[in-house]
This record gives sequence, C-alpha cells and structure tokens, in this order.
Amino acid sequence: MGLTGLFLITFLVVHVGVNSCIFVNDGGETFNTAAHFMSHNWILRIMEVGLFAGLILHIIQGLILWKQNRAARPVKYSANKASQNSAWYSRSMGLLGTLLLFFLIIHVSKFFVDTKIALYADGGANDASHNLFEEMKEEFQKWWVVVIYVLGVISLFWHLLHGFQSAFQTFGINHKRYTPIIKAIGVGYTIIVCLLFALMPISFYMGWIS
Amino acid sequence: MEHYNMNLTLKVWKQKNTKAGGSFETYQVKNISSEMSFLEMFDVLNEQLITEGKDPIAFDHDCREGICGMCSMYIDGRAHGPWTKNTVCQLHMRAFKDGDTIVVEPWRSAAFPVIKDLMVDRGAFDRIMQAGGFISVNTGNAVDANSLPIDKKDADAAFDAASCIGCGACVAACTNGSAMLFVSAKVSQLALLPQGQPERESRVLNMVAQMDKEGFGNCTNTYACEAECPKGISVSNIARMNREYLKAGLSTEE
Repeated sequence: MGLTGLFLITFLVVHVGVNSCIFVNDGGETFNTAAHFMSHNWILRIMEVGLFAGLILHIIQGLILWKQNRAARPVKYSANKASQNSAWYSRSMGLLGTLLLFFLIIHVSKFFVDTKIALYADGGANDASHNLFEEMKEEFQKWWVVVIYVLGVISLFWHLLHGFQSAFQTFGINHKRYTPIIKAIGVGYTIIVCLLFALMPISFYMGWIS
Repeated sequence: MEHYNMNLTLKVWKQKNTKAGGSFETYQVKNISSEMSFLEMFDVLNEQLITEGKDPIAFDHDCREGICGMCSMYIDGRAHGPWTKNTVCQLHMRAFKDGDTIVVEPWRSAAFPVIKDLMVDRGAFDRIMQAGGFISVNTGNAVDANSLPIDKKDADAAFDAASCIGCGACVAACTNGSAMLFVSAKVSQLALLPQGQPERESRVLNMVAQMDKEGFGNCTNTYACEAECPKGISVSNIARMNREYLKAGLSTEE
C-alpha cells in the first residue's frame, strides 16, 4: 500500500508539473508541447504501462485490506467515539480512495481516451490537429464538470494528507528528528499539488486563462 | 475534588456464551459515589442483581491497580472509558454526572471472542507470545547484571515497550481491529536488548505470522491505538517492527 502509494505520489508531481504549463497563459503553446512530449515519447509510453499497473495494484491492495479489516470486527460497536482518538480522514482512506476512483474513471475517459483516439484511430490522422489545451478549455466551460473536478481534488487532498506520511511509517521510518520533517513535507506537497490541480478547471471557467 | 452521589442508567452488553447472540440490557443504579471506581460501581449493581435473584454482569478484573489489563470494556464509545492512559479500575465515577446514560460493551474483535457479557478471551495474544515473544537462556545461576552492557537509551526504550500490559485496548480502539501496537511492543522490547538477539529474526516473522493467523486486521496508521493505550505505548514501536520485519524477511533463508 505504502510502496504503490508513494509511486503514485511521484507520478502526481509529473502530472501537476505538465498541467501547470497552462498558467504560462500563452494560448496553450507550452502546455501542448509538454503534453505532446508526454504522449509521444516512447520511454514515457512504457512508463505509462507501469503507472496503470501501480494504480491497479494500489486498488487491489486496498480491496484486500478492506475485506480483511471488515472480517476482523464482525460485530460493530453500538457506541463509538472514534473522533476522540484518530483523524476522520485517516479512518476513511477506503472511502476517499473509492471517490477518487470514480473521479479517475470520469477524468481518464475524457482527456486520456481522447488523446489515445487521436493517436491511434484512423492511423493517427487526427493526431496533428488534436489540441488538448482547447479541449480542456471547452470542457471546463461546463460548471458541473468544474464541480466534479473540484470534488475530486478535495478527495485527493484528504487522501494524500494521510497517505504521504503514513507510507513512511509503513516502511519503518519513524524518527524523532526526521518524522516531523516528513510530515511537514507531506502537508506542503498536499497543499501545493491540490491547489494547482483545483486551479486548472477554475481558471478556465473563470476565464483567467485563454 | 468535591464528592457527590449520582443516579445512572447503564446499557450493558449481555451475552450468555461465545456462541449465543447478545443484546443490551438496561439497568438503573442509585446513589453511586463519585469516589468509586467504575468496577466498584459494577460491584454495587451486581450485589443488587444477586439480591433480586437476577443474573449478575460478568466482567473481568484482577489487580484493580491498573496493571493487569483484564478489564476488556468499551465504555461510552471509548476503550476503558473517557479518560486517556487509563484502565477501567482506575476510571472513577467522577468522570460521569448525575443522570448520565452509559453504554458498556466488550472489545469487538474476531480474534477476541466474548466468553460472557463483558469478558473476552484474549488467548490470541498468548498464542502470539508463544510464537516468538521469548528469549532462550541457559539454566543455572543468574548472570551478573553488569556483565551485559546496555546503552541507556536502548534500555529506556525497551522498558517503555515492556510496560505493555496486553489488555487489547489497541485492538479494540483500532478501526481495523489490528494488533500491531501490542505485537510491536513485544518485538521491540526484545529486539532492543542483547538477550533478544539470537531469535531476533525468527521472532518477528513468527509473531507477525501468528498475528495474521489469529484474524486481526491490518495497520493503516490511524494511531488510535497509541491514543487509547493505558500505558502510552508509542507507535514508533510499530515502525520498529516494520523495520525488523523487512530486514528479517530479506535476510532469512527459509
């Protein structure tokens, strides 16, 4: 869980980095160059397979944990004040992860699949004309798409807030001096990544980027 | 602290035996002193029930000094009640007000079957200890204490881990019903000391294997265990056990 989690955390750095190119606000030129590189470079194409394998493994691990942990407590407490001993989001990783999965299905079925169609359908005839920046701009004019994306990012925020530091504990890294630093980096990472992700649909919708 | 008496409504889990299904029973207790312990309050209630010819509430207790770890009760939604770093015998009735309704139920864990009412069988912990929570020593005279140099900070950390009383509050409080805090305290205690070195690798592997076999859940680092532990055992022990487990898993030839 920790290993695949940290792997996905490193992927998010790349994802948010490429997407942040839209903030250059040059009509999508920088962003489309970066996106083109990401979808055409063969090394990245191979890594993409690894990314999906990592994501699927993370989901399978989560499902196994969920099943075993449910079996460990067949009779539930009738009174349980869990909020007094732990944070709600640390107890809700499965729920947050499920919300994220729903979001990912919506997200991937639009942008990822469209890019693949442009690449492969009709022998890649539409590849040159495929403009991901324009597609994003168009998609994020719909208010409900923006709402779905912001909700997805909120789920991601709480999932990462627990997941980042939790992974290190799983690997056995718990140190008087370094653990507070790891936790601070985790909080910083979560805020920056989620803020940048949330700003994309909002910026398009508000017309800050054209 | 000012003394006062109180009348309470208790909703207590009643279960005839391991196989029978249980349910909550409501009891009224009157004139309970704020200076009583929670167990003494149960003593009063049980005397009352016996006089009335009813079935008294079965609950586990031994030392009533906060060190035996027998009192497997989830009180008002918390392991061992509302106070932190506490056992039920050390939970005093001043934690409650006149007119309160208190829900009392046993630890809920597949690995801790209910024997009767509030008593659970924590034999799973014994079996984990038998799997590796020991050291091999030669018989004969005790070795001179100072012949084995131990770093002060290791001795302190081992002592902190050794203060675990095996009460199972960590399992009870954990949303996943995981026993990682208990097992890690026992693994840490012996891994930190020279006496524990010969079985260091096999110990962690065998104890974790037994823990999984008993049907405990998995650790997702919510740290509810540390917050509810009557002895304040730190989750840094869980990290230590994870390290030990990784190391042992990589170097073992089995």
